[in-house]
Amino acid sequence: MPSATASQTIGPYWHLIEDADWADLTRFGAEGEKIVLTGTVYDGDGAPCPDACIEIWQTDPPTSDTFPGFGRSNTDASGTFRLVTLKPGPVAGRGNAQQAPHIAIWVLSRGLMTGLATRAYFQEEALNDTDPLLQSIEDPSRRATLVAVPSAPGTWRFDIHLQGERETVFLDV
Amino acid sequence: MTDPLPFRPITPGTQPPLDLPGYRSTQRRFPKQAPHPIPHTITETTGPRFSERLFPASVDLTSNTTGQAAIGERIIVAGRITDEDGRPVPHTMVEIWQANATGRYDHPGDQHDAPLDPNFHGAGRVFTDAEGNYRFLTIRPGAYPWPNHRNAWRPNHIHFSFFGPAFATRLVTQMYFPGDPLLALDPIFNGVPDPAARDRLIAAFDLDVTQPEFALGFRFDVVLRGRAATPMEG
Repeated sequence: MPSATASQTIGPYWHLIEDADWADLTRFGAEGEKIVLTGTVYDGDGAPCPDACIEIWQTDPPTSDTFPGFGRSNTDASGTFRLVTLKPGPVAGRGNAQQAPHIAIWVLSRGLMTGLATRAYFQEEALNDTDPLLQSIEDPSRRATLVAVPSAPGTWRFDIHLQGERETVFLDV
Repeated sequence: MTDPLPFRPITPGTQPPLDLPGYRSTQRRFPKQAPHPIPHTITETTGPRFSERLFPASVDLTSNTTGQAAIGERIIVAGRITDEDGRPVPHTMVEIWQANATGRYDHPGDQHDAPLDPNFHGAGRVFTDAEGNYRFLTIRPGAYPWPNHRNAWRPNHIHFSFFGPAFATRLVTQMYFPGDPLLALDPIFNGVPDPAARDRLIAAFDLDVTQPEFALGFRFDVVLRGRAATPMEG
């Protein structure tokens, strides 16, 4: 049997399929703790990436007719994405482990031959201290790249550094 | 709780590296740290479901912009989506976008001096049927220059986005056309190390997909990642 089809870059013109509504996961009337997840995507020179596609997937709250669990945002001229969603709770892990609340992120852009997987956790969640993934990252400064920080009430900031000293931890999904 | 079945690892050589010196835009964007290993949890083994009710299909790119016919050579693209065990991927959403017949995207970022077609936006959406088959009608996209190196031209291609059953099966790729002389020169296409995996990005001309007196047909079959282990059956 053949292996999975090869990836190619999403390129700079993916906005042809963009529906700006997809950046709001609460648009179908979902109820819960509404949050904004926003951040800027930077390249290895520290320059913002204005043509990226940021996708998120979360298993909590469970998907329903009113909550798709999936969202997509562009990055604007300043390299910034902005998604509105519901704050996730803990997620079952492998074995008896429990995972801290998190949102899975996929980063696509011109110059990326495959999408990059990462996760946004939330600062000051007690479960972060026992989360299997976070705890498997030994360097605290690297681990911190996966933790969104509050920047305003209900708004969480999660900057993404594709390359460089502050490079985000990307996951071998 | 039973652990979810993980998806199998990537077969070496079948996916392009992130550091691809021939493709200039990779150089300031590819992560230099190795990706961090992660055992698959339900976050990776589940994914979004798109219903046609909320995300209507749009399978005729030759007329889905204004209702008037787009300019160019009509083509039918059809294929089957399976997993690495050959099982069909049913009812999954496929997104499509592309340049028009002159090699111009209907996008503000595309400044190539070739005419736009007011009747061709170049985006569509199709769902696979119960057997994993999909099919759409479009215009054969033109080649276009890009600033990667001197006299660089992208081969004719159509962009595809696939979801499959899980976050781990997400795939974005490009479909190329058989016999295109630009393929040998394209760093993005040639970024796939394994020649067989690379060639699977090239659609096949297919007389069975071709509709008499109407449009040539091309077949583009796609494989999404499969599970690492198959549950015991029966």
